[in-house]
Amino acid sequence: MLSSTAKNLYWMGRYLQRAKTTARLIEATQRMALQSQGKEAEGVAAVFGMEDEFRLSQSEGQGQAQSQSQTQSQGGQFQSQSQSQGERLADLIDFLAFDETNPSSIVSSIGYARRNAREERNNITVDVWESMNGLWLELGAKLRGDRAGLDRGALIETVKKQSVMIFGAAQVTLLRDEAYNFFQLGAFLERGDNTARILDVKFHLLRPDGEPHAENMDYFAWSELLACIGAVRTYRRIYRSALDPMRVAELMMLRRDVPRSVHHCLWMVDASMRELADAYGTRGEADRLAGELHGRLRYARIDRVFEIGLHTFLRGVRDDISTLSDEIGRQFLLD
Amino acid sequence: MAIETFDEMRSGANGGVRAPYRGVARWLERTSPERLAATRHEVDLFYRRHGITFGAYGAVDGAETTIPFDIIPRVIAWDEWQYLHKGLTQRVRALNAFLADAYGEREICKAGVIPESQILMNAEFVPMAQGLALPGGVHAHIAGIDMVRIGEKDFYVLEDNVRTPSGVSYVLENREVMMRLAPELFSAMRVLPVADYSEELMATLRSVSFSDDAEPNVVLLTPGHFNSAYFEHAFLADEMGIELVEGADLFVDEGRVYMRTPRGPQRVDVIYRRVDDAFLDPLAMRPDSFLGVAGLLGALRAGRVNIVNALGNGVADDKSTYTYVPDMIRFYLGEEAILRNVPTHRGDRPDDFKYICEHLAELVVKEVHGSGGKGMLVGPTSSKAEIEEFSQLLRARPENYIAQPTLALSTCPTFVAQGVAPRHVDLRPYVLSGKKITIVPGGLTRVALKEGSLVVNSSQGGGTKDTWVLAPEPGEAG
Repeated sequence: MLSSTAKNLYWMGRYLQRAKTTARLIEATQRMALQSQGKEAEGVAAVFGMEDEFRLSQSEGQGQAQSQSQTQSQGGQFQSQSQSQGERLADLIDFLAFDETNPSSIVSSIGYARRNAREERNNITVDVWESMNGLWLELGAKLRGDRAGLDRGALIETVKKQSVMIFGAAQVTLLRDEAYNFFQLGAFLERGDNTARILDVKFHLLRPDGEPHAENMDYFAWSELLACIGAVRTYRRIYRSALDPMRVAELMMLRRDVPRSVHHCLWMVDASMRELADAYGTRGEADRLAGELHGRLRYARIDRVFEIGLHTFLRGVRDDISTLSDEIGRQFLLD
Repeated sequence: MAIETFDEMRSGANGGVRAPYRGVARWLERTSPERLAATRHEVDLFYRRHGITFGAYGAVDGAETTIPFDIIPRVIAWDEWQYLHKGLTQRVRALNAFLADAYGEREICKAGVIPESQILMNAEFVPMAQGLALPGGVHAHIAGIDMVRIGEKDFYVLEDNVRTPSGVSYVLENREVMMRLAPELFSAMRVLPVADYSEELMATLRSVSFSDDAEPNVVLLTPGHFNSAYFEHAFLADEMGIELVEGADLFVDEGRVYMRTPRGPQRVDVIYRRVDDAFLDPLAMRPDSFLGVAGLLGALRAGRVNIVNALGNGVADDKSTYTYVPDMIRFYLGEEAILRNVPTHRGDRPDDFKYICEHLAELVVKEVHGSGGKGMLVGPTSSKAEIEEFSQLLRARPENYIAQPTLALSTCPTFVAQGVAPRHVDLRPYVLSGKKITIVPGGLTRVALKEGSLVVNSSQGGGTKDTWVLAPEPGEAG
């Protein structure tokens, strides 16, 4: 297998996972917005580290709208363009999901993933390719159509469903060779980072003081956080108790049996690294770091994490995931 | 100018349906236009979803489009195919002998059959490819020979393609689609399969390795996913289970070619390249090429890697060398050509040139090195102004053009907006040459979808059809 193949499959995994996470996050945010009056839009933008871009895109959009209305009213009364919370959220969703000029948007991520897949058509199965290409075609067709009449919710739902199909097709049909391990590596590294980031940012928004136990906590806000990784029911099943910030953090971070937890993802990353090391008979810094990260999550205790500070702990994990990605690139000549 | 056209279905004796098309005719009678339209729609979806696309150069952002597929198959009878098979084998053997000679001793020039300038002055001649002993003496491993039919027994070769002929993936995919769409038609007619093409191609590629390794490492070199034929490159690599590489995946070290893998460098023995000569090696050819591999030609010359098709094959397939192919067959094989050439007037011959200028309105004029249906004039379907404009180009560089009579290409029933109607077709069979010559039955049928149009190129709005060679009837020689 070529190094360029490894690279394409690794990034296909990452981009596809990124699109899927974004879709889920948007959905959770929309539901949340229906039940509270908070600043959902800014909160979501913060998860993407895109507060500034979002604000910028908003002011640009308003600028356009204003100049348009001024020319149309031809000297008539200037109408205020201030937006309601709902409109701001709709704009944000468009920006995060369907804006092709935003490189992290769902539609951009799907575009990149599809390009990676197309370059490796001969190394993936027809099932994986068709489901990938199908999603790209469907998104393209819908977005080229009437944007005003676009059912955004339904399209987000499509992205969620189809990406599950693509991952499923990969599970069921791909040959378990090196290429598969690179795809897995990309997907789980991205997923682990996504969960860590969502937990880090949202926990901070809800509990700026970092205190794990809360009086009068906002039930909806905390369940929305769980919904971002699709784990509301899972929480009930595991803890059989009321929502508690520390337990939410534990579930998202340390539970190995929760498939989107940071621990689970890093466990899978480590497993893929071991398979590759066995196949190649060599080990390097990436292998060490993957093992160390996995170990850190595996043996962590939630009360100790809060002693250090959740943000400090997650920051460390996220920095090391980023270093690991660089090391994988170096070790397997992906760059 | 009215030309009488041979219709492959309707031009039977006494205006009846020709025997090979009886099954198709019955199928068309039984199938409603609505059903055909629905089927067509299904096909479009299938091609898009599979990403069987063709990006025409110059399209915005390398936009991917699909080549229209016509759901009515083109049928060739067993005895017709036997004749084509014999003729194609002969022709490609001669072309290979000519290429080995052109880059070797040039005996054919010494014998006065072809002037040496025809080879040496040819823009496609690659001096660095001289004096190489290629495995099996084969230069044109994959040849696409464009054929047209104008009557019951009249087949002509229109053009030889021995550089990097494309289109074979459509032969295979079209068959897959037809089997899904009209299984009942297959069971009624006995159609020879084409699915073994990839296996034959792989065997051909392996058989021309310099090394005697039992399992030589074969790769397919593509210019990348922006290339119009990228789908085909990926398709063939997948079918053969070999790596699809770009220039950056390969490097040359100590005269050997390697591919970069996470396991470290792996040796490459045979490169099936779909990159043009000029871009193969920036050290030897175009220095600005990012598509090739530095040092590749050195490795070839050292006998460490074989490049398929060979370099410099363009001297054998341009439209002026074409006129010499019957002479090549006589010279190298001592045989008379089985397949006919279209009578061709050469712009570089004063008498011919005069004739061309006087008969522009009747002729098809083409550039010697042209391809893709561009830079040509179809006299009978062109306006006075177009002919005048073309005449200027022609007079500026007579040697750059050849002219042929406008042939009445045969027609086949084709499903178009108005229903089923006859449209002009050609045929490109693919001939594989390694240790032996293999031709998968049929080939690519291209169809000009515009009424009356004789230009079948996909870049000019042509479509494709599945091409059926029928198995011999019981009692027919096998």
